[in-house]
Amino acid sequence: MGTYIIKRIMSIIPIFLLAAFLTTGMIHLSPVDPAEAYLTAAHIEQTDEILAQKRHEFGLDQPFFMQYINSIIKICQLDFGISYVSNKPVWDEVIHRIPATLQLALGSLFLAVLVSVPLGFFAGVKKNSAIDHFSRLLSFFGASIPSFWLGYILIFFFSVKLDLFPVEGIGTWQHLVLPSVTLALPLIAMYTRLLRTSILENLQEPYVLFARTRGIKEKTIMAKHILRLAISPMITGLGMNLGKLLTGTIIVETVFSWPGFGRYFIEAIFNRDIPIIQCYVLIAASLFILSNLLVDLIQMYIDPRISRKEGQQR
Amino acid sequence: MITSIRRIFISQKVIPICSVILGILFIITMLAPWIAPNDPIAVNLAFKLQPPSWEFPLGTDHLGRCNLSRLLYGGRISLGFAMLIFISSLTIGLMIGTFSGYKGGFVDQVLMRFCDGVMAFPSLILILGLVGIFGPGLPQVILALMLVQWVYYARMFRGMVLSLKEQNFIAAAKISGSSQWKIIRNHIVPNVLPPLVVMGTLEMGWAIMDISAMSFLGLGVQPPTPEWGAMIHEGKSYIRTNPELMLYPGLMIMLVIVTFNLLGEALSERYGVKRRS
Repeated sequence: MGTYIIKRIMSIIPIFLLAAFLTTGMIHLSPVDPAEAYLTAAHIEQTDEILAQKRHEFGLDQPFFMQYINSIIKICQLDFGISYVSNKPVWDEVIHRIPATLQLALGSLFLAVLVSVPLGFFAGVKKNSAIDHFSRLLSFFGASIPSFWLGYILIFFFSVKLDLFPVEGIGTWQHLVLPSVTLALPLIAMYTRLLRTSILENLQEPYVLFARTRGIKEKTIMAKHILRLAISPMITGLGMNLGKLLTGTIIVETVFSWPGFGRYFIEAIFNRDIPIIQCYVLIAASLFILSNLLVDLIQMYIDPRISRKEGQQR
Repeated sequence: MITSIRRIFISQKVIPICSVILGILFIITMLAPWIAPNDPIAVNLAFKLQPPSWEFPLGTDHLGRCNLSRLLYGGRISLGFAMLIFISSLTIGLMIGTFSGYKGGFVDQVLMRFCDGVMAFPSLILILGLVGIFGPGLPQVILALMLVQWVYYARMFRGMVLSLKEQNFIAAAKISGSSQWKIIRNHIVPNVLPPLVVMGTLEMGWAIMDISAMSFLGLGVQPPTPEWGAMIHEGKSYIRTNPELMLYPGLMIMLVIVTFNLLGEALSERYGVKRRS
């Protein structure tokens, strides 16, 4: 088990290096020279002299490999450069926008788990019952509604018509309700579906029959055996979907004027603020990698068989 | 309602029904220049925010433009470019995936490690990163979507080719002297078509969702060009007085995505293909 954990942790290093490679290489794909982008964003007049000076400052006159090494060193020191627009270090700008995004993401994740675990469980256990049909309908439409539209529909009914929740902004818990529901619905759709399928699969397993023949109470079998194993694909889904959740926050933050990291990223795209774009992509990738790692470790804890078949696993 | 949905699923009528709906939508949006009642980008402030009338069947928007015409032209962009993304990423994926799987060895290793790298990240973040670097605009969004999507097809085709490669009829074709290209074209491609159709229909739904989401954020289609996501973006300021401005395009997006998803699901049930979640 110990070697599995170490191996798994080591395996994320090349992915990190690749992520850093992609974000460093990204600038060179850009049709716009970063030095020029900087001068445009900062409203400084462009002369050859200043351009050359800025290129030197950004390290763009060095060979690509050196730039790559330098950027890795800087990333390790949490130095993501300086925002072209505000002229402040990117990390300082980003760090006080992350809590708002985190609040939104965790709120909707909590909501999604709260709804989808019981719903998926009962839908799977009582197949073809009313609750099962409801869950399937919900997971179908939840996956098909564009979240930016859903957000406005919710605003229209609950803010404009019924005046229950504020239209936009951040502050009280009422502000959190509509954005988290918007963000949670696609997740609820996916998790309910995953859990339902997984419960149905597990019900066919011989261990259920064995437990039944031993005379264990149906409730105990469901709660202690089936749910524990059936929840595993859902946890994988949770980790896999963190990226979706993150991109979802971009849209939901735009709809509800939520002052988070996602909206800041969109502004940065419009301003061509390259360091912020790089920082966002890198943070998003790191979050995704780390959440996958965490998910694997949680799964190993739930189902210790995983660490024993490591050869086939990865 | 629930039972009727169930009945449709069981009797497998869902495939023809969805195909017909999509076919109709596709035809009327492609014929938009001929059937749209008005010019979709002609601004006429004298007619702004009009209720439905004979001249403007769905009313007008805040700039006096015909909503119905904009919806039709918008669908042209959403559906047309989703199709383009699907076909081009599929073609790239098909070529690289089958080649990689068929060839094996070092080439296969390099190509697949690259695919792993791209797949290691959530696709929308890569797309947003690419759009961030290339700058906002529809061509950039299309390019970014293609650059990310082909990887999944390549992976899928490679897997299928690997399992097909060991089959006897391939060996027979080889022994009888067929060229590599002929084997790929005549024996491998026909076998990978059914899962491809399933994946394609689901992919179309996602592509439409992504294009409209990008346009909604202002990164894709630029005004005044009509596009469903962009129309929601423009209509959102009138949510209190004219909610229909954002209602119509949203309903259209949903209708298309629901139909594609239903079709994809029914097809995957029929052909026994597992979906990528």
